[in-house]
Amino acid sequence: MQGFFLSLQSEFYKTRSTLAFLSAILLPLVLCILISIGFYTHADKIILLSPKMQWFRFSGAFLGVMGSLILPILIIFQTFSVNNIEHRAEMWKSLYSLPLPKWSIYSAKYIYVVFLNALCLTLFASFIVASGHLLNVLNPDLKFNQFNISGILFKLHLKLFLASLGILSIQFLFSLLWADFLKPMGIGFVLTVFGIITANLGWKYAFTIPYTHPMLALQSMMKQVLNNQKGKLEFNLLSQEIYVSLIVAALTFTIGYFVINKRSIR
Amino acid sequence: MDPELIIETRNLSYQFGNQLVIDQVSLNVRKGSIYGFLGPNGAGKTTTIKVLLNLLQTGEKKVFLFGKDLHNNRLEILSGIGSLIEQPAIYSHLSGKENLLNRALLLRVPHARIHEMLDLVNLTEHADKKAGKYSLGMKQRLGIALALLHDPKLLILDEPTNGLDPNGIIEIRQLIRKLVEERGKTVFISSHLLSEVEKMVTHIGIINRGKLIFQGTIEELHSLSEKQLEIQTDDLINSKELLCRKGYRAEILSDTILIPYLSEDHCAEINSLLVKNNHKVYSLAVSKQNLENLFLSITK
Repeated sequence: MQGFFLSLQSEFYKTRSTLAFLSAILLPLVLCILISIGFYTHADKIILLSPKMQWFRFSGAFLGVMGSLILPILIIFQTFSVNNIEHRAEMWKSLYSLPLPKWSIYSAKYIYVVFLNALCLTLFASFIVASGHLLNVLNPDLKFNQFNISGILFKLHLKLFLASLGILSIQFLFSLLWADFLKPMGIGFVLTVFGIITANLGWKYAFTIPYTHPMLALQSMMKQVLNNQKGKLEFNLLSQEIYVSLIVAALTFTIGYFVINKRSIR
Repeated sequence: MDPELIIETRNLSYQFGNQLVIDQVSLNVRKGSIYGFLGPNGAGKTTTIKVLLNLLQTGEKKVFLFGKDLHNNRLEILSGIGSLIEQPAIYSHLSGKENLLNRALLLRVPHARIHEMLDLVNLTEHADKKAGKYSLGMKQRLGIALALLHDPKLLILDEPTNGLDPNGIIEIRQLIRKLVEERGKTVFISSHLLSEVEKMVTHIGIINRGKLIFQGTIEELHSLSEKQLEIQTDDLINSKELLCRKGYRAEILSDTILIPYLSEDHCAEINSLLVKNNHKVYSLAVSKQNLENLFLSITK
């Protein structure tokens, strides 16, 4: 177990100044700044809405692009970057000839990518809440301070996080096996587009494709919130696509471990 | 099992698909030795090294390090080995010192050791420079520092002098000697050039097409080489033709004619033959076959 924690620490140490780590912070920050500027300059369009609806419009601007495109692409990029550090330095042979259990090197890398994804989504939720309140300070006519959205926003991002674990595991395995940029990125991108199409078309079996899960998670959340007869903002954290995502994640992680364990380093 | 044997392979074979890359290789590397593992490119050196590090997997009871079966004692054995395989694996976005810090973190090595290693490989001045900006020689030295960081008993170096200039080669050679003489390490070093390692190794193993064709001390290798008669004349080509016509196995190498040495009388006979045929003989000398030539002839 010590080998695992040491490997995890090492993952942070070697990626702390690279885009693999920084993208988890910069992406939510930049996106928040851009969308906030948009809302600040066009505040008149939402100023008459209720506090709840103002939050919906504001957070919806993030979540629309997040669920369908940004989250899968970010995961593809992060899994690639974390593994590419080793590919680029031809480090696998060196790592696997150290007196560390192979499982600890593999799982530390996996958990580190999961951590980056969790960090990114937590920052997204935090920045959305902070930006809303900042907008309110800059334009007191806005009503962001009259409604507390943080609980539901964090729950929704947790749902997105769980929904993205399937994609993360598949992409992690792809970028572990292939050193070149095109294969994991290309396959990931094609599958993401395929996921968007099938989810938007409402295909019955879309839930079986991990790349549709973030989008399906958002859709199921919206459906529950809109159909809530008491008008409450309530939705289930665990839904069909989340279960499938978790199962895919667990299976792919296990398969990946056996592949790596038996694989010779040429 | 001989406790002095640090590396032992028993009829080790390895194949990639249908291609046999290592064929019944039995290595014996003794404690405190510098073992030169030689062979032309593609002979199976790197594959053997990867098997020794368990990067390529073989069955049980084939590879023994420190007297233990690698298959069943991987972690314990690897904790006693420092290695550098092909080009050094270095994170180019980190400085030399950060590369060492990262490795120290993984192997729980005290930070004081980092400075010691930087000193040892003469990189203290460049410790904070990005490793990507290091010269090839500096990268190799950093690779050796990384390999030595956890104070291993055995150092496995795969072609560490590849691509280095003569000064770089001399530096690596001096460093390896120092490690063995002052720190009691055992070094297993591969190369495709005998001349690069012959001045530092105590033992040699020569591998060709996957087969170990020689293993022994450097003196034992010397004893294999036959004596030669080196002749210098005013007209090498005509002298060589004359000698060949008279049944001698003569060949020209650079500015001398080489003939296998048989005896002193035989030398006098050749001298007399050349002089009688109006060839001016400048020198006649007996020498041993150059080790590099011997190596080339063995691995032909």
